[in-house]
Amino acid sequence: MFPSYVHAGTGYSLNQRFHQVVEFVDMERPTTPREVKAIALLSGGLDSLLATKVVLDQGIDVEGVNFFTGFCVEGHTHAIRKRQREKIKRNNALWVAEQLGIKLHIVDVVQDYKDIVLNPKHGYGKNLNPCLDCKIFMVERALNMVGFDGRTFDFAISGEVIGQRPKSQKRESMAIISRESGANDRLLRPLCAKSLPSTLPERQGWVNRDALYDFSGRSRKPQMTLAAEYGFTDYAQPAGGCCFLTDQNYSSKLSDLWNTRGQRDYELDDIVLLKVGRHLRPNHRFKLILAREEGENNFLKGYRQRYIQIDIANHTGPLALIDGNPNENDLRVAGRIVARYSQGRNEPNVSVRVRFPDGEEKNLSIEPYSAHEIPEHWHIGV
Amino acid sequence: MNSTTITLDTTGLLCPLPLIRAQDLAKGLAPGSSFLLLASDPGVYYDIPAWCRMHGHEIIRVEELSQENVIQMWIRTAEATNRINE
Repeated sequence: MFPSYVHAGTGYSLNQRFHQVVEFVDMERPTTPREVKAIALLSGGLDSLLATKVVLDQGIDVEGVNFFTGFCVEGHTHAIRKRQREKIKRNNALWVAEQLGIKLHIVDVVQDYKDIVLNPKHGYGKNLNPCLDCKIFMVERALNMVGFDGRTFDFAISGEVIGQRPKSQKRESMAIISRESGANDRLLRPLCAKSLPSTLPERQGWVNRDALYDFSGRSRKPQMTLAAEYGFTDYAQPAGGCCFLTDQNYSSKLSDLWNTRGQRDYELDDIVLLKVGRHLRPNHRFKLILAREEGENNFLKGYRQRYIQIDIANHTGPLALIDGNPNENDLRVAGRIVARYSQGRNEPNVSVRVRFPDGEEKNLSIEPYSAHEIPEHWHIGV
Repeated sequence: MNSTTITLDTTGLLCPLPLIRAQDLAKGLAPGSSFLLLASDPGVYYDIPAWCRMHGHEIIRVEELSQENVIQMWIRTAEATNRINE
């Protein structure tokens, strides 16, 4: 039984086909470029764009994949904040795929990714970023996918560059990713391949090793030069990370969530809300999420079924959500904080409206906090 | 666009989730089927057309219900000849 990608009528002579079939049986892999199929991990950034382009130019059939973990910088915050709404934010992975003329799979891995975030075998980076485990997870998932044509992939393409990132893109880390993802020599890193042991696609002659690169280090100049050679002038800014878990402020908020709930777990709404507003925790019973502008106000309104909402009835001001189980005094503290950020901050008293998820509503008359009455340590992730 | 059109409600979801839900729905539909996507994230104005161009799907009509802040997109999935490789 030949692999499913062995098709009749490929245009080769009988002799060629005989040798080809023998090699298929030996290697269980196709041997000619036009039959080879690769999956490229596309973050939407420059490196994965270039890595994929390099392989496409060698005649390989490539599809892209972008994994949605819930922590992606793409999309969410840009959609929430009003000042960023005026210019619609493109999805960079989609945009890159279009530039390359390839099809893209966007895969929701929010649930499966939890285990990577909560129990990273290789630990965290500087913040709560499990970069090494993340990469292993994504490479493994990518290679186990099926293409739009129903075929499996012969190898994966990654835009990694040796030394580009402190944890996941060290030379020794790359070997770990290849091994633990199960990809082994089926993971090609075109931008630094010449500095690494040869991979299956190179040894099989599917891609020409001489036409690959040996980029290394944190400098982005080689990539920018290559981008210019290809005529790519519009690409995601190289300095921008693609994951909130590398952000110190965000990681502080996630740590706070785990600590106060007494368990390391989360739902998608939790991690989305960590991207929105000011977060203040006066005590272990509750946290306040305050909108910073109109877009965030509108966004937080969507959570009225799940959280207690607070706003100021008689002045313009932010909407706030309460996460936790506040007592009566906590509600007054929350109201005083919200009032501090409202137009009524200098009034002796303002009317605070508290709405509960079950529809109950009550008003409190409270005195806004002054700036110095809100301790610095109440602010999470600032 | 008749009463039997499938409706995919992604209101409240932020991009790229509306696109992911649309993509997953379209995979299970017969070529040339139509569905109505409801979304509240304006990111769909970029994501959905880009996805449609990539896969040969077609946006038939777009409306925005400004009061409800809901975007409506009627989408027709690619005909079989256009999605031969899909």
